[in-house]
Amino acid sequence: MTIQEVQQEIVDEFGMLTDWMDKYSLLIELGNDLDGFDEAQRTDQNLIEGCQSKVWLHAWLNNGQIQFMADSDAIIVKGIVALLIRVLNNRTPDEILQSELFFVDKIGLKEHLSPTRSNGLVSMIKQMRLFALAYKAKMEK
Amino acid sequence: MNYPIEAIRNDFPILTQQVHGKPLVYFDNGATTHKPRQVVEAMEEVAFRYNSNIHRGVHTLSNLCTEAFENARQTVASFIGAHNSHEVIFTRGTTESINLVAYSFGETFLQSGDEVIISGMEHHSNIVPWQLLQKRKGVVLKVIPVLDNGQLDMEVFRSLISRRTRLVSVTHVSNVLGTINPIEEIIEIAHQHNIAVLIDGAQAVQHLAVDVKKLDCDFYALSGHKLYGPTGIGVLYGKEKWLNQMVPYQGGGEMIQTVTFEETTFNELPYKFEAGTPDFTGAIGLAAAVKYLQNIGLQKIHAYEDELFNYAFEKLQALGNITFYGTAHIRGSLISFLLNGIHPFDAGTLLDKMGIAVRTGHHCAQPLMERFKIPGTIRASFGLYNTTSEVDALVNGLVKVRQLFG
Repeated sequence: MTIQEVQQEIVDEFGMLTDWMDKYSLLIELGNDLDGFDEAQRTDQNLIEGCQSKVWLHAWLNNGQIQFMADSDAIIVKGIVALLIRVLNNRTPDEILQSELFFVDKIGLKEHLSPTRSNGLVSMIKQMRLFALAYKAKMEK
Repeated sequence: MNYPIEAIRNDFPILTQQVHGKPLVYFDNGATTHKPRQVVEAMEEVAFRYNSNIHRGVHTLSNLCTEAFENARQTVASFIGAHNSHEVIFTRGTTESINLVAYSFGETFLQSGDEVIISGMEHHSNIVPWQLLQKRKGVVLKVIPVLDNGQLDMEVFRSLISRRTRLVSVTHVSNVLGTINPIEEIIEIAHQHNIAVLIDGAQAVQHLAVDVKKLDCDFYALSGHKLYGPTGIGVLYGKEKWLNQMVPYQGGGEMIQTVTFEETTFNELPYKFEAGTPDFTGAIGLAAAVKYLQNIGLQKIHAYEDELFNYAFEKLQALGNITFYGTAHIRGSLISFLLNGIHPFDAGTLLDKMGIAVRTGHHCAQPLMERFKIPGTIRASFGLYNTTSEVDALVNGLVKVRQLFG
């Protein structure tokens, strides 16, 4: 599935939930299901500090595709993190760089990506793109 | 209690709205309070009837505006019990008031090696200005520790005082813990050693009757927007004896007597510290807010909020599995807590969906969060327009948050 298709799939899944409580229940479930980092992996190097919550992000290259691992101390943030990983994991740097993330907006969670929200998510997406950029440069060398 | 809650709520149109389809419950008064009609009307009157630059015009509107501005100063002066209205300096808020003292008092009286004492429960605005001074002048910063119950360790405070201590700067009411600090005692102890005291009153003046004369503090800082007044206006009260000696904070118009390219002589108090056109509209709005509080009566407000606080504390305690931060005997106006096992950001996000506004996070007091080893708290801070049924909504909201977490 392409990045577009996975995003559409998420939009459809959330589209079935009309009540905000169901949406957030699902996010909490996704957050709980995502394997987090153990304390040793929650290093400053992986840390993306938000004002309200923290996000940890780790990336590596595997056969030309980027793999992400991420965690957050807040479960709702971690739920959104899980969705971002589902969309962007195992993609080539080019795929990530050319992608446009529309699903967060479409499923009514846009507020979480507002820069004033300072939950670390905006910086996390930026960081995911930076990883793609860095790995692209590395691969082109 | 004979408290006109309905009439009060009618003065605040913002409270009648819905958020996410639910009636707004606003418990973020510690961050900023809403403005009653009376404040907005006073500011509208300035804009529509006599807006003119103050202190320099010979024309009628300028005189009217100057008079209203100076009356506003007088209103604030009597509100906080200042000896003289020229000891009331209009600033942009508590932050600027503290920065003004840190700069002007610091430049005038402090030398390398001199000491300033603050406390472990200060807002960043009562930490960073002193660190800047530390960098500029080599001043030493000492910190009064916070006990587990959220009180200051007064014994350590006494031991921190040395012959190099020049200033103590502490908050009246903690913005995180709600602790009401024993500032009378702090001031008394400091004055026994001829040490000046600055009190950060940002979280106090809207809840407690403050009399700077009785307190005998040297400086007192407050913000208009936490006092049901406009944003961008605040006050620094300072004793004349200090303010007269202190070098100005900023230079510009209004604060001068004569200017030549060789030398400038400064205006008298309070103008020496009010460079440029002051926010006279804001000051007049602030005075309207003060009058609004005086009309209801601060004692009455305090008693009402205290009742609300006790009601909320009991209800929250009954929830169980909740940790409170700040359990000092003398406290009020806000409750900081965590639902055990739930990140404050998650709780705050879900409460918002229910129309309930609380503050979550570190509340600009990171050292205090570090002290308690927590990422932040949920803070419900009360205002004069809150009700017990709003507290019930918060408690029900928290029950729902828990349900969502399974």
